[in-house]
Amino acid sequence: MLKFILRRLFFEALPTLFVIATLTFFMVRLAPGGPFSREKQVSAEVQRRLDAYYGLDKPLVVQYGRYLANVARGDLGPSFKHATESVNSLIARAFPVSLELGLWALLFAIVTGIGAGIVASLRPNTWTDAGPMTLAMAGICLPSFVLGPLLLLLFGLTLGWVNVAGWNTAGDRILPAITLGAGYAAYLARLTRAGMRDILSQDFIRTARAKGLSPTRVILVHALKGGLLPSVSFLGPAVAGLITGTFVVESIFQIPGLGQIIVNAAFNRDYFLILGAVVFIGFVMIVMNLLVDVAQALMNPRLRLGE
Amino acid sequence: MPLLNVQDLSVGFHTRHGVVRAVNHVSFSLEPGDSLGIVGESGSGKSVTCLSLLGLLPMPPARIESGAAAFDGQDLLRLPAAKLRGILGRDIAMIFQDPMTSLNPYLRIATQLTEPLLVHKGLSRAAAFKQAAAALGGVGIADPEARLNQYPHEFSGGMRQRVMIAMATITRPRLLIADEPTTALDVTVQAQILELIKTLRREHGTAVIFITHNLAVINGIADRVMVMYAGQAVETAPVPAIFHQPLHPYTAALLRSVPSAHKPGEPLQSILGTPPDPLRLPPGCPFTPRCPFAQEPCSLATTAELELGPVPSPAPDRRLTACIRVKKEGADVLRPA
Ligand SMILES: Nc1ncnc2c1ncn2[C@@H]1O[C@H](COP(=O)(O)OP(=O)(O)OP(=O)(O)O)[C@@H](O)[C@H]1O
Ligand SMILES: [Mg+2]
Repeated sequence: MLKFILRRLFFEALPTLFVIATLTFFMVRLAPGGPFSREKQVSAEVQRRLDAYYGLDKPLVVQYGRYLANVARGDLGPSFKHATESVNSLIARAFPVSLELGLWALLFAIVTGIGAGIVASLRPNTWTDAGPMTLAMAGICLPSFVLGPLLLLLFGLTLGWVNVAGWNTAGDRILPAITLGAGYAAYLARLTRAGMRDILSQDFIRTARAKGLSPTRVILVHALKGGLLPSVSFLGPAVAGLITGTFVVESIFQIPGLGQIIVNAAFNRDYFLILGAVVFIGFVMIVMNLLVDVAQALMNPRLRLGE
Repeated sequence: MPLLNVQDLSVGFHTRHGVVRAVNHVSFSLEPGDSLGIVGESGSGKSVTCLSLLGLLPMPPARIESGAAAFDGQDLLRLPAAKLRGILGRDIAMIFQDPMTSLNPYLRIATQLTEPLLVHKGLSRAAAFKQAAAALGGVGIADPEARLNQYPHEFSGGMRQRVMIAMATITRPRLLIADEPTTALDVTVQAQILELIKTLRREHGTAVIFITHNLAVINGIADRVMVMYAGQAVETAPVPAIFHQPLHPYTAALLRSVPSAHKPGEPLQSILGTPPDPLRLPPGCPFTPRCPFAQEPCSLATTAELELGPVPSPAPDRRLTACIRVKKEGADVLRPA
């Protein structure tokens, strides 16, 4: 297993990161405008000194080489916009916020999504199936920029149960987590139901029942492992997406997370901040996918053969 | 007292296209330690008969239309689910046709094999593991302790069926139902598995219901045989007798179509026509459209007339047939004119 992980890291993760960094570097530079172009007019002399300070006067290839060397050392460079802070420290400040929000959303998605999926799979085509699945369909269709304000309106303004914005009290976590997690919950519910239906119709479930096992044991011991596999493979990219911040939810609820930083950086042509955030998110994605592969191999013995 | 006494069992599947009458008024019984073979072509209701006794049919669409099945004096068909679970896997065990899909691919053999002991006998994990190893050894699997930690995909088909048999018999059930346990295996492995079931039966005195569509397989594994056609029991008899002298036209036709069972000198024949659609069973005897001996009353016979009944002469031992002509006129009816 360790060999498998190391091989994935060196032969897949590193090259992928390299490609991500390279593509983003050149794409950002191809976009019109520059980090200082929308500031109030600066003199040619000031502009020249700014460029020299950040190394923007060097040929692009040289800049690229320098950037890669820095990234390899874990240094994502300075921010143009936030002169006193490095990209590393900006990400270090915003990521924990997005991470926490993402984990709460994940918890919500897993508990409600997988729970609903299992319940729906047990009695197909009855109301305990149709009910959760209709809700799930709604959850998939409803975008977060609609759901978020709706929840805010109801629970924040009308009922006054929670604050309408901010990221301070425990209560502030609830609505953003639900808004962010709803779509994932809905998708998980559908995946789980499909996975469980598939497993529950297999011969080995009949074998388990013929052994006189209780329905609970049949589901927990015999069906869940195989039935949850599709959901687990979805969870990898889902978790990465959840914890790396989403601009929509973070701006609706005024949460100072990674999503806000990235979008602002894009508006400001804050080259190193965009690059740094993209490389960082790429890194998180790769780690999550790797974790999912490991989890799947642990759950499905037949996959372990090929390790 | 019989170990299992099934009376007038009928099972229907209520589908969108109508009611599939899969099992119709079937009765049979089994003494402790006895072995009954159930024979019939594909779709004749063999599996449904047994699955319905164990509550393993999906309901809906399946529905028990009539009948009773007394096991040890308790009616399996009316037992509360929890009570029935206490019997399944403990007193009655079942093995299935396809060993490749009947074991759980996600669980170690040890987990699956020890489960009946943990659930039904309250054994400790260690004790159950030891007994599971012994059971694996008992069905002829070498190095059982190491094999227990493996997963089903690490076993061949024949080996998996051995594991299934070990799992089914680990609680020393009084009744083992084997639903075509050798059909999915190649011929040499088939013989080994049959031998294994025979040995287990001899050693533990387990009663066995052995389902097959191959009459030749019945020989040696069953004492008595019940032939099914279109959901009905058409004949029951001791095994040697049925080969010697079938007492239902369908059995006779079936025998002529089995290469190793037909009498030397007679031509090998397949049965003309196809079995009736279980959605639209014809009135009267379901075999009438294919029966060379059919006469007018056959297609008019009532359910009561088609019940298994004794044969007048030569009054063979414990033989019952559903053929109304044989019941009335005797076995000579089946002599080709
Ligand atoms: N879930 C179901 N829904 C509808 N009809 C069914 C269902 N299961 C079985 N049947 C029908 O019941 C009848 C009897 O099936 P059964 O499986 O008992 O046949 P069998 O004698 O075991 O045949 P085989 O040798 O192929 O196993 C068939 O006509 C089949 O189509
Ligand atoms: Mg069958």
